[in-house]
Amino acid sequence: MSGAPGLWRQALRRLRMQRMSMAAALLLAVIMLACLLLPLLSPYDYFTPHFELLSRGPMLAGGHLLGTDPLGRDLLLRVMWGCRISLAVGIAASLVSVLIGVTWGATAGYVGGLTDALMMRAVDILYSVPFVPFVIVLTVLFGRELWLIFLAIGAVSWLDTARIVRGETLSLKQREFIEAARVSGVRGAAMIARHIVPNLIGIVIIYATLAIPTVILFEAFLSFLGLGVQSPLASLGSLVADGTSEMQSHPHLLIVPAVFLAAIIYCFNYLGDGLRDALDPRDR
Amino acid sequence: MLRYTARRLLGALPTLLVIVTLAFVLLHAAPGGPFDSEKRMMPEIQKSIEAKYHLDEPLWRQYLRYLGDLAHGDLGPSFQYRSTSVNEIIAQGLPVDATIGLTAITLALVVGGAVGINAALRRGTRWDYGSMAIAVAGISTPVFVVAPLLILIFAIKLHWLPAGDWVHGSPSHLLLPAVALALPYTAYVARMMRASTIDVLNSPFIRTARAKGLPLRLIVWRHALPPTLTPLVSFLGPAIAGLLTGSIVVESVFGLPGIGRYFITAALNRDYTLVIGISVLYGALIILFNLLADLCYAWIDPRVRLR
Repeated sequence: MSGAPGLWRQALRRLRMQRMSMAAALLLAVIMLACLLLPLLSPYDYFTPHFELLSRGPMLAGGHLLGTDPLGRDLLLRVMWGCRISLAVGIAASLVSVLIGVTWGATAGYVGGLTDALMMRAVDILYSVPFVPFVIVLTVLFGRELWLIFLAIGAVSWLDTARIVRGETLSLKQREFIEAARVSGVRGAAMIARHIVPNLIGIVIIYATLAIPTVILFEAFLSFLGLGVQSPLASLGSLVADGTSEMQSHPHLLIVPAVFLAAIIYCFNYLGDGLRDALDPRDR
Repeated sequence: MLRYTARRLLGALPTLLVIVTLAFVLLHAAPGGPFDSEKRMMPEIQKSIEAKYHLDEPLWRQYLRYLGDLAHGDLGPSFQYRSTSVNEIIAQGLPVDATIGLTAITLALVVGGAVGINAALRRGTRWDYGSMAIAVAGISTPVFVVAPLLILIFAIKLHWLPAGDWVHGSPSHLLLPAVALALPYTAYVARMMRASTIDVLNSPFIRTARAKGLPLRLIVWRHALPPTLTPLVSFLGPAIAGLLTGSIVVESVFGLPGIGRYFITAALNRDYTLVIGISVLYGALIILFNLLADLCYAWIDPRVRLR
């Protein structure tokens, strides 16, 4: 992308000026670092029960900072593993969805005509399909493996990206540099890959950032229903679900994972809003 | 208008067909059948049960039979709850979902609208920043976190409101589930209302109204409010899909006898007809509310032409 550094540097400067977005990015970085490092440094693991320490509340002494769960496992460590799983699902599934969405939208927009009409009609039809039930059915029927959850969520959440990318492609198509490329003999897939998609990166970054929290929520929703990550591994959703059943006697088991889940989603939403303002200065 | 509605309803048929086909293929491609239970059945009994539900026929016959029944509005018998039809299950559950859903949407519109307009009128003040930060928090907090927390605070600690055991028509039983379901939508509505009110307040006709010396209250109610409603209306169509999802969680947390709860057990038990039936119902509801949203859109904004 020649000539782009100016744009990117400007965007970065605009982003830095938004204190909330920067705070969100910082908090996200801290959570990511913690959930990568703590499981390596902690003397505990997420699966071995300790029956002498069941459901302890948070305490500074004794080594269990956030207490233990009903099987005596360190809650901090389980929450860190939950963050790992939730973030991994969120990022991986968003990548899948962005990949499908960009390819679909850019192709439809660039080729145009009947192809465009058919491809976007398919998107319209898929919009009316109640996807949550379908993902539930998929995960119930075909096992509950992690990669399948990535795939299922990614495969159903690409529709918005496809629509936005198509619209953007339609306007890009009219620009001079595309015409110049066409005159110099660039055709079809090469044109889309080399000239259209690089110019969509800004908008794709925004929507990918905003897609991550949606996906994390969705995975958490599946895990909450018992259809996502399986025990003893935990995601933030399954930890919240476990906490719900214990909330009368040990509210910290609900509150701790709920706070982490809400914080991660809050940060991604703020960061996405900030990125939108920084990368897309037209829409203010 | 009538022709447009008819065209849209006709256009919904292929979508419903896609939903039925997708659900049918998925369910039948999956391992396990509705009557492969842990109790070993005598092969003859299993055979006769499968014959009763036409499961012994080739798949394409079952598919066509289902489509034929569906065309008559018959969603078939439930496999899991013997002697109950899917239509009966839906007829029992839907009023519960409808009550909670409508209450939640009304709450979201009224509360979210008020907060959003207030934030727009006090743009740049603490009110604005505070309510928008709370709104992002509302969007970021999933229903399944809010619902248990509401029960913990209002039912267990404070004993103000009951949680669980649904009594139809009782407002105190309705309140907690509806609030839990409404929260993210309230936050969305607040954000949208703020943005569109700011937009409208900057437009020339508001300046004219101000120049005439109209009081602010009148300007907001008479002049600014109607045009801010258009983005809200187009949001309501898709929101219904989210409400359906949310109601699955709310029903399982509060133990309500709605449709959402049936859906998960139906999928777990390979209750083919019930899963397909509820999927079709959800699809039809989404299509219907999108159509209603488009019609309202044209009604509010005369510039919109229905094509």
